[in-house]
Amino acid sequence: MDKFLTFTIVGLSLAAIYAVIASGLVLTFTTTGIFNFAHGAAGMLAAFTYWQLRFEWGWPVPVCLVLILGVMAPLFGVLLEVVVMRGLRGTTDTVKLVVSISLLLFMIGLAQLIWPPGVSRPMSKFFQTSTPINLGPTTITWHQAITIMVAIVAAIGLRLVLTRFRFGIAMRAAVDDPSLSALNGARPNRISMLAWALGTALAALGGILIAPNVTLDAPSLSLLIVSAYAAAIFGRLRSLPLTFLGAIVLGLTEGYLTGYLPQNQYLPGLRIASPALLLFLVLLVLPNPRLRGRMTRSREFFPMPSIRGTLVFGGVVIVGGVVLATTLSTPDQLTYGRLFPIGIIALSLVPLVGFAGQISLCQLSFAGIGGLVMAHLGHGGDPVALIWAVLISAAVGALIALPALRLSGIYLALGTAAFATILDRWIFTLPKFSVFGWFNVDLFTQGSINVDPLTAFGKTFNSAASQIVIGAIFFALVAFLVVMIRRGRLGRRLIAMKDSEAACATLGMNLFGTKLLVFSISAGIAGLGGALYAMQLTSIQSGNFDLVNSLQVFALSVVGGIGAVGGALFAGISLYVVLPVIGVLFPTVVRWVGLLPGATGIGLGRDPNGAVSQMRDGFAPLAGSPSSLLVMTLTLAALYGIRLIDAIDNWTFVGGLVIVPLVASVIATVSAASKERMLAQLEDAPDRTPMEWIGIDRPWTTEDLATLDLALGTSELELHGPA
Amino acid sequence: MNLLEFRNVRAAYDRIDVLFGIDLEVPAGSVVALLGPNGAGKTTTLRVAAGLHPVLSGDVLVAGRRVNGTAPEELARRGICLIPEGRGIFPNLSVRENLRMMTYAGVTLSAVEAEAYERFPRLKERRRQLAGTMSGGEQQMLAMARGLATSPALLLLDELSMGLAPIIVEELYSIVAQVAREGVSILVVEQFASTVLGVADLAAVLVHGRIARVGTPAELQDDLSKAYLGG
Amino acid sequence: MALLEVSEVTVRFGGNVALDDVHLGAEPGIVTGLIGPNGAGKTTLFNVITGLLPPNVGKVTIDGRNVNRLSPTKRARCGMARTFQRLELFSLLSVRENIRVAADVHKGWARDGSNPAEVVEEIIERVGLTAVADARVDSLPTGQCRLVELGRCLATKPKVMLLDEPASGQSEAETVIFAELLQSLAAGGMAVVLVEHDVALVMNVCARVNVLDFGRIIASGTPSEIQNDQAVLSAYLGTGS
Repeated sequence: MDKFLTFTIVGLSLAAIYAVIASGLVLTFTTTGIFNFAHGAAGMLAAFTYWQLRFEWGWPVPVCLVLILGVMAPLFGVLLEVVVMRGLRGTTDTVKLVVSISLLLFMIGLAQLIWPPGVSRPMSKFFQTSTPINLGPTTITWHQAITIMVAIVAAIGLRLVLTRFRFGIAMRAAVDDPSLSALNGARPNRISMLAWALGTALAALGGILIAPNVTLDAPSLSLLIVSAYAAAIFGRLRSLPLTFLGAIVLGLTEGYLTGYLPQNQYLPGLRIASPALLLFLVLLVLPNPRLRGRMTRSREFFPMPSIRGTLVFGGVVIVGGVVLATTLSTPDQLTYGRLFPIGIIALSLVPLVGFAGQISLCQLSFAGIGGLVMAHLGHGGDPVALIWAVLISAAVGALIALPALRLSGIYLALGTAAFATILDRWIFTLPKFSVFGWFNVDLFTQGSINVDPLTAFGKTFNSAASQIVIGAIFFALVAFLVVMIRRGRLGRRLIAMKDSEAACATLGMNLFGTKLLVFSISAGIAGLGGALYAMQLTSIQSGNFDLVNSLQVFALSVVGGIGAVGGALFAGISLYVVLPVIGVLFPTVVRWVGLLPGATGIGLGRDPNGAVSQMRDGFAPLAGSPSSLLVMTLTLAALYGIRLIDAIDNWTFVGGLVIVPLVASVIATVSAASKERMLAQLEDAPDRTPMEWIGIDRPWTTEDLATLDLALGTSELELHGPA
Repeated sequence: MNLLEFRNVRAAYDRIDVLFGIDLEVPAGSVVALLGPNGAGKTTTLRVAAGLHPVLSGDVLVAGRRVNGTAPEELARRGICLIPEGRGIFPNLSVRENLRMMTYAGVTLSAVEAEAYERFPRLKERRRQLAGTMSGGEQQMLAMARGLATSPALLLLDELSMGLAPIIVEELYSIVAQVAREGVSILVVEQFASTVLGVADLAAVLVHGRIARVGTPAELQDDLSKAYLGG
Repeated sequence: MALLEVSEVTVRFGGNVALDDVHLGAEPGIVTGLIGPNGAGKTTLFNVITGLLPPNVGKVTIDGRNVNRLSPTKRARCGMARTFQRLELFSLLSVRENIRVAADVHKGWARDGSNPAEVVEEIIERVGLTAVADARVDSLPTGQCRLVELGRCLATKPKVMLLDEPASGQSEAETVIFAELLQSLAAGGMAVVLVEHDVALVMNVCARVNVLDFGRIIASGTPSEIQNDQAVLSAYLGTGS
């Protein structure tokens, strides 16, 4: 009984924290329609700030709390609303998601910049030294008591604000109909600013309360708080009372699991993953939504890729791979070579997100499965294991498609994030186990597992250089496959489904089968990417495939342009070429590099067509000018030649690689423009008859007279008399 | 004097034109009915008048002053009140909270409540009830009460009768007539002539984004039968 | 028994009755009209027929087969197709691709040996979209978008076609051509149900017309019967006239 009570209290204090955080999330989601993935990260930043003020600088507790909860957090919320969120009205779910995920990545980067990881930052609990309160059979610490009290006060306070205060009523009114509130004379912008201020303050409160219980680590704290989102899902992201109920279920489950889970090595992960597991289960039992038609008009436009263009693209990628393999030193090859496997994983998002409009935040988890398959079945670099990696990942992908049949948008995003978390925290951490005694599974033997390099045609591709070339070839092949999907029957079907599920169903399309298929294909591609990635890393651990990595790949693919294969290459290049290069070129800002993926997403995530389509437009004149194209290709080849004989170093070479296409494109643009001008002049010619020749070459017109009048300052009346 | 006037107003959704230069006048203190088939642009006309939809060209004048581009909340504060199609209420707020939202327009809650409960006694009984759980007629009453509470100069009513039983519609229109007698100008949109012609001073027929006819209800009666049922 | 038979359908949204004991039949070879004021429940009825919305009570049959328990997809495969009042086109695809999706889907389950590419070309010509076949549907005016939706339906070779305001957004000239198209489709043996606000069009092409008001069918008969029906007149023109 004592034990039961003890863990009830543990559970309730967790529940209290989840409730506080989740209620802030619900508040911002309902009033502004944006699900803020970075909500937890705001709590994380608050926890770090509190540590800084309270424990590093030793400020008194009340000052710290008032400053953070009363000033900094609300201001930060207002800032987010004004700078980031306000611009997202009327955009698609994907865009909103990308921007808030990028914000999450940015805030993690910011925290790691200010508070470098790897340093222990202990935080004591509130009244840690005071004697716990005696409750008869058990005791409750002051921190626990305060936490629970805070949640109760927050619940009552929120209830009062939302029913007694006019701005609170206006927040609820905005949920029903924001334009109607405006008709009433309420100012919607001010109300959403207030909602964000309040929501962020609640996140901060939760962050400060939870931080002393865990290690102060930016990514894990941000994502630990994601668990609180499960509570919000109980309330369908709308109802606060149900959210509090959800938090209690969640907290108690975790509390009792802590107390009663049998002590073996398989289950601790289950407790850590339990909120994600519950989130997944709740999403599964949510009532089936009715088939919807088109919600928002999208501004997306992904032109049909041509086969020729794709072959050229693939050729350039392979040549690029060869160039990397022959010019870089081995350590550099290891760094930059990852661009291709990561690019393939990004490619897996193109049919799924770009064509079919399904969201997945667990592509790296599929990649992890592919990598594990390669490690276990690919002894000696057996190429058949690659096929197994694809097939097994695809099968798991089909499993994820089951909830996807019922979920869409933000719910699907959360479901896949939960799946990634379950894999990260539980499945990938399992020690050796046996499946009903049939066979033994030992995922990551000692936390990490070795992967053999590919052996084919009697050759072992164990050098980093050969791995790069293999990666490039596979990338080109998969890109071609994706383009063929887009051009074919399946591609049309996927795009149709993204536009209107209702229309597809009434035309007799099997939505179930279509979603199953696209999830499997996508997971299979990610599995292939993961297998290649694993071979390149030679030894993998679960951390290579966690949720944060998935989020980065997702965000950058969308920024690059999720509807085209170029976007995937963009993601790979950004993560494994641009970022390391910036780090090397500007060592002083190397610490700031962590902010870049997030900042890019926040800034560029709004163009649904992606950065690559803008670049393509920029280089379009080049494609129309064969001579410039030829000269450019020859110059680049020559550049590569003199690099190979070591006449120039890599930096000069890279500079050339960047400058030559730019110059070529400028020349092509200028020549195209001058050609156009010449044509225009030819067409204009008759109208450019010199004034003196009018009346001789052609008769006078009224416009000519008007021009003349204007030039001479006379009026028609004076010259020609009344009509 | 015209309280509301449209001069050659054009409006569009994306690239698709909805209003092709309409002229419309609502004289002060009168009830004007705007009739027409679905998709003719009636709701857009009201949204333009309330500042919820931009004008491409032409002028919208309120009491003789050009108001193109004025924000909806600003127009609301100047006494223009739109009651949108499908009950302009907040279904998840109680009746009282719905009325409270009106205080943003600068009146006190007690004044709003007094006014609303006097006109619609039934709302007083239901003041704690969530608006969305009331009957359609009661919801429409609440919408009107909210609109009238601020004593607007111009009331814009969109499809007041939609989905309501004829007897309720008549009750609502008797209140519209009452409000008009108190000096409020009213522009009411209806798809079908139904009861509105009984209370309107003037009626205009909007077809394909153009005003096809304007006249007194009696003048329009015959044309309407043709316009709606053919033959 | 009619090809499409709707009986005793009732739908309630909360306390509001959207459809109240609705009966409707559609025969092959004719166009059946369904008219009524805004909010009368016409689109709701289409949603019930196509399975997008389960009714509280009632039955839908095609060719005598009860389809109540079938999903929208299965119903489509029983020979049902519809268009949408608010246009549900595949906006990222061209006109040809839009219709091709439907043709491919039909081929996929019917396996009737037809060539989808040829089917699409025939349809494009029949509905008169040849000139814009490669344009993105987003760039088309509403009137032509309606034709794309119609073409998409035709590609599934339906027995029953439900058209929800197919003429809204069409010019008068387009409507004339459209009326002929509808009649030729019906003449080909299809049962066409037409929801339309352009009453002139309805009276012109429909052999039978049903009038829905407050979720109830208040009249049904030939166009001339409807035009002289007292209940219809009062629903449209108010009790006073």
